[in-house]
Amino acid sequence: MTTPQDYQGIPKDTVDKFHGNQLLYIGWEDHLMFCAPFAFPFPPAMRFGDIVSHVLPAAFGYHPDFAKIDWPAAQWFKSGQPFSPDFDRSLAENGLGHKDVIRFRTPGLTGIKGSFS
Amino acid sequence: MDTKTAGRKLGLKEKYAHMTRGLGWDTTYQPKEKVFPFEQMEGIKIHDWDKWEDPFRLTMDAYWKYQAEKERKLYAIIDAFAQNNGHLNVTDARYINVLKLFLTGVSPLEYMAHRGFAHVGRQFSGVGPRVACQMQALDELRHSQTQIHAISNYNKHYNGMHDFRHMHDRVWYLSVPKSFFDDAVSAGPFEFMVAIGFSFEYVLTNLLFVPFMSGAAYNGDMGTVTFGFSAQSDEARHMTLGLEVIKFILEQDPANLPIVQKWIDKWSWRGIRVLTLVAMMMDYMLPKRVMSWKESWEIYFEQNAGALFKDLARYGITVPECVTTATKEKDHLSHQAWSTFYQYGAAAAFHTWMPSPDEMDWLSAKYPDTFDKHYRPRFEYWREQEAAGNRFYNKTLPMLCQVCQIPMLFTEPDDPTKIAYRETQYKEDKYHFCSDHCQHIFEDEPEKYVQAWLPVHQIYQGNCFPEGTDPTAPDFDPLAAVLQWYHIEFGADNLAFEGSEDEKNFAMWRGMATQNS
Repeated sequence: MTTPQDYQGIPKDTVDKFHGNQLLYIGWEDHLMFCAPFAFPFPPAMRFGDIVSHVLPAAFGYHPDFAKIDWPAAQWFKSGQPFSPDFDRSLAENGLGHKDVIRFRTPGLTGIKGSFS
Repeated sequence: MDTKTAGRKLGLKEKYAHMTRGLGWDTTYQPKEKVFPFEQMEGIKIHDWDKWEDPFRLTMDAYWKYQAEKERKLYAIIDAFAQNNGHLNVTDARYINVLKLFLTGVSPLEYMAHRGFAHVGRQFSGVGPRVACQMQALDELRHSQTQIHAISNYNKHYNGMHDFRHMHDRVWYLSVPKSFFDDAVSAGPFEFMVAIGFSFEYVLTNLLFVPFMSGAAYNGDMGTVTFGFSAQSDEARHMTLGLEVIKFILEQDPANLPIVQKWIDKWSWRGIRVLTLVAMMMDYMLPKRVMSWKESWEIYFEQNAGALFKDLARYGITVPECVTTATKEKDHLSHQAWSTFYQYGAAAAFHTWMPSPDEMDWLSAKYPDTFDKHYRPRFEYWREQEAAGNRFYNKTLPMLCQVCQIPMLFTEPDDPTKIAYRETQYKEDKYHFCSDHCQHIFEDEPEKYVQAWLPVHQIYQGNCFPEGTDPTAPDFDPLAAVLQWYHIEFGADNLAFEGSEDEKNFAMWRGMATQNS
């Protein structure tokens, strides 16, 4: 019988299972109206700026702060560490791999009545 | 060979010995380790199964007699409830959503508990615990059945309950209770007993099962109250079994202590995470509240479980570290959870709503340090938007915790304005968690949790659409396809309570029962 020590599982979410996409998680700091960060499947060759202009509006646009975002002033984090994405390069060229998590902070915007909602 | 003369009645004590210990035997054709292969696997050392003290003395014939009596009473009341349209006596049709959550989320766990106890009853070589597990396995099957029968009265009249078993294996939030129990039944037999027998049935039952039953009593649901009562004497037996298991294992060998402590730590946290659903039920879904989630945590965990852990200190058991986190979260948990269900209300098999101004005042009074500061502005904004015809339905899928499978909605224990992010690299991949405790559970058994069936990732892998769906078709609507695969009827089972069929029908039927026109 296999002992618990040499038991091997088959990972369910390896990148080969996502039909050419990789997962990217994106959270908006100080805006907890969106209860959790979002999960997206994107091709690694996707331009980073296209996410900001084509994907984020549908995901976060309900919030009245979203229209006020000054994108050049936004601060980005990857796994909690400061990160400077190049909007004209792809996810892969920006060093973003499968199941990476990034967040953005929009200085001056702190949610509904400043409640971080 | 002498045959016993007929007619001699056995004394109770003798009968008990025959019908429990007398049913065991030592194996001869095969070595014992091969007959009970899982008993060694977890590193727990048992030297003498005869030291096991039966926590309750019940023989199988007496068991059948008591249970049959309880069934007769229960079904008489359930029938009367159905004949008298008892469903129209509940406080408000919003209450029925509590039953939907219970039927889809909890009743299937009773069935899994049945399977789990039947399995460990087979895997222990000690006769005493085998008999006790066998009875508990039957209890759990009975609970599952009586719950389904009692709630089926509601299924005749209201939406969201028509395919609870199918949903339990598929719907995103139901993966939280499902994966909890799957984790337990796929563990070894001793871990299962600590997980379910002790942590779940003993430590957390007053926070899980009891709030649903008292919620039913406060909201006029006599059918549900009755199955609660019918299960209560069984639950008392389950609790004594859970405690006996812990004491027995710890008394058998000092080397068992660190293993048991690790399981208590793990399963307290796994259970606490599942209780997130109960917290929001108590604070938001019951039209007539029993008490707040925070109060119930203080009474049933901080006070009662505190006393239990004091009692276990003589074995060297300490209070799990995760309790500090859970105690900090008690002021936030229900609000964060209800926010989540409100915004993902298009993908749930029950209705959601914003609390009324009166209900918000109740929340402010119960949560003076947090509700007005962190949650009221959000909820008032949502109410305004709803009134303006712009109700919030979040259509983007959330990131989930690899272990508890809950969306990453929990904030840092010491900063309620920041989502708690934790991650680890294991082999080729990154894994993400909602808390230190879920991360530790993963790191202790990564090969188990890399296999987690995370609903969001499964949707993106294309595994959650009805057979024959073409996701490349130009008119492909992923949400609609996923709901079809869940068997959630769009517009009937999901979306806002206001304007739902449930709301309209309840008002109409109650009107017919109480008015002349």
